[in-house]
Amino acid sequence: MKSMFKQTALAAMIVLSTPALASLAYVSNEKDNTLSIINTESREVVETISVGQRPRGILLSMDHTKLYICASDDDTVQVLDLATRKIVDTLPSGEDPEQFALHPNNKHLYISNEDDAIVTVVDVGTKEVLAQIDVGIEPEGMAVSPDGKWAVNTSETTSMLHWINTDTFEIEKNIVIGQRPRHVEFSKDSKIAWASAEIGGTVHIIDVDNLEQIHEMSFKVPGVNQDRVQPVGIELTSDGKFAFVALGPSNHVAVVDAQTYEVLDYLLVGSRVWQLDLDKDEKHLYTTNGVSGDVSVIDVEDLKVIKSIKVGRYPWGVVIDPSS
Amino acid sequence: MKAAHYWHCFVGIQTREWLRFWQQRTRFASALVRPLLWLVVFAAGFRAVLGISIIPPYQTYITYETYIAPGLCGMIILFNSMQGALSMVYDRELGSMRVLLMSPLPRPFLLVTKLLAMGVVSVGQVYVFLLLALLVDVEPPLWGYLAVLPALILASLMLGALGLLIATWIKQLENFAGVMNFVIFPMFFMSSALYPLWRMNEASPWLYWICQFNPFTHAVEAIRFSLYLEWNPMAFGITAGVTVVLSLLATAGFRPQRTKILGTSKPA
Repeated sequence: MKSMFKQTALAAMIVLSTPALASLAYVSNEKDNTLSIINTESREVVETISVGQRPRGILLSMDHTKLYICASDDDTVQVLDLATRKIVDTLPSGEDPEQFALHPNNKHLYISNEDDAIVTVVDVGTKEVLAQIDVGIEPEGMAVSPDGKWAVNTSETTSMLHWINTDTFEIEKNIVIGQRPRHVEFSKDSKIAWASAEIGGTVHIIDVDNLEQIHEMSFKVPGVNQDRVQPVGIELTSDGKFAFVALGPSNHVAVVDAQTYEVLDYLLVGSRVWQLDLDKDEKHLYTTNGVSGDVSVIDVEDLKVIKSIKVGRYPWGVVIDPSS
Repeated sequence: MKAAHYWHCFVGIQTREWLRFWQQRTRFASALVRPLLWLVVFAAGFRAVLGISIIPPYQTYITYETYIAPGLCGMIILFNSMQGALSMVYDRELGSMRVLLMSPLPRPFLLVTKLLAMGVVSVGQVYVFLLLALLVDVEPPLWGYLAVLPALILASLMLGALGLLIATWIKQLENFAGVMNFVIFPMFFMSSALYPLWRMNEASPWLYWICQFNPFTHAVEAIRFSLYLEWNPMAFGITAGVTVVLSLLATAGFRPQRTKILGTSKPA
């Protein structure tokens, strides 16, 4: 009996002393050629590692073991092994890769090459270039629908969304939206796509089944000149409740009701906010603030900014590893 | 038995101050107009002009409204304490103050108790102000409202003692505007109430040092830090130290018989 009690106590102690597993957030610092790693529990930078020149878009492999980094000035995509935190490989990317998206098959990487007006599709396993697709001028945003059917590219100068069939690697439809489209985000069921237009100051909602725009929304941040309201990054909660839109140099993130497309609030973050990512349980949203060189953390439940964490110069992308 | 006397007197003075406040409810409300104007009008106008970078105790970017709210709490206390302390000298020749000073208990005790009583009323005003500030999204953490209490009382004691000290210096008190111009406004503007001190330092280093030596700056910082559940030993230490020194000087210098009031002078 006594030993049983002892064992229970011991087991309880082991359970209690196991530290809560914190996830890690990865932030690419465009001007520093580094990656800041933030512990999302302590909300502090735990490590800064050197990567290729001008790192911008970053994303996780589907199994969360690798991080792909667009090293724009090195004209390559680097592969960072998350366990060792070392660059283990580089992928051909075409010139000046800025944003990219990984197909759910964990193999096909769609990369937009801003200077060449093409989208390059690379097999990350064989490093083979599978296709180069001509798109509009200055391709920028890149997204693949969660069901894997569509890859969407935004071209900044032609102000278009190019819908690429992922089976044929061919464009099936172009949709004109507001000026300088920057980013596309799909709803989890792949039925709705949200696209931001930076200069137009608008966000466009596309019905994926019919490939038609069903709504267009604009933003008015109190006390901020309209010119400075430039939507870029978009993040959707998986319960379909909220959409968060980073409004660039207005230094605010818009909170949008994802059902009614009404703006619920504007949250003050650092200067020139561009990209966003939600943590694993979608309790916190991380934003990269390029000019102020920090990452703001938003409490999704209270819709309040709770902390801003200093990182390197010009943080561009942010990705939170849900399995770490 | 003696302690009971002190307690009786303490409760009496506190109660009287609350009764007085209850009689002057409209004045209480109108005293809130000034800080609210600052918060709603002035802060709205300056919101975009003054970029507030992240400074302790804040963890992220804040609006200008959020920045000046603790300073405006200090402003409420500053005006109330000055006005109250000066009126203590005013009515020492007549009415209640005279009766109070006839008490056999030591005068410093009476005076400090009176300052404390006035401070408690100011603190009440500050809380009403903080509640109204919620309307412009000034939302400190819930426990901050409790944590800020010692800082508010300390600040009101310090400023009350200062008011009392000034009152013993000046002979003619008809002109409250003089005190406004030479004490209240400089104290308020040359502090961290309206702008962070690093910004002052950028504008002019000597102005920065004046602000640093202004005890009101430290009172405001003590309020600001405790409202956001951070501990600022320097601000508290300086405010407490200055409170003790000013209280000693003020109670020692308080000679109701000596001052010339309304043109009549009395021999010492």
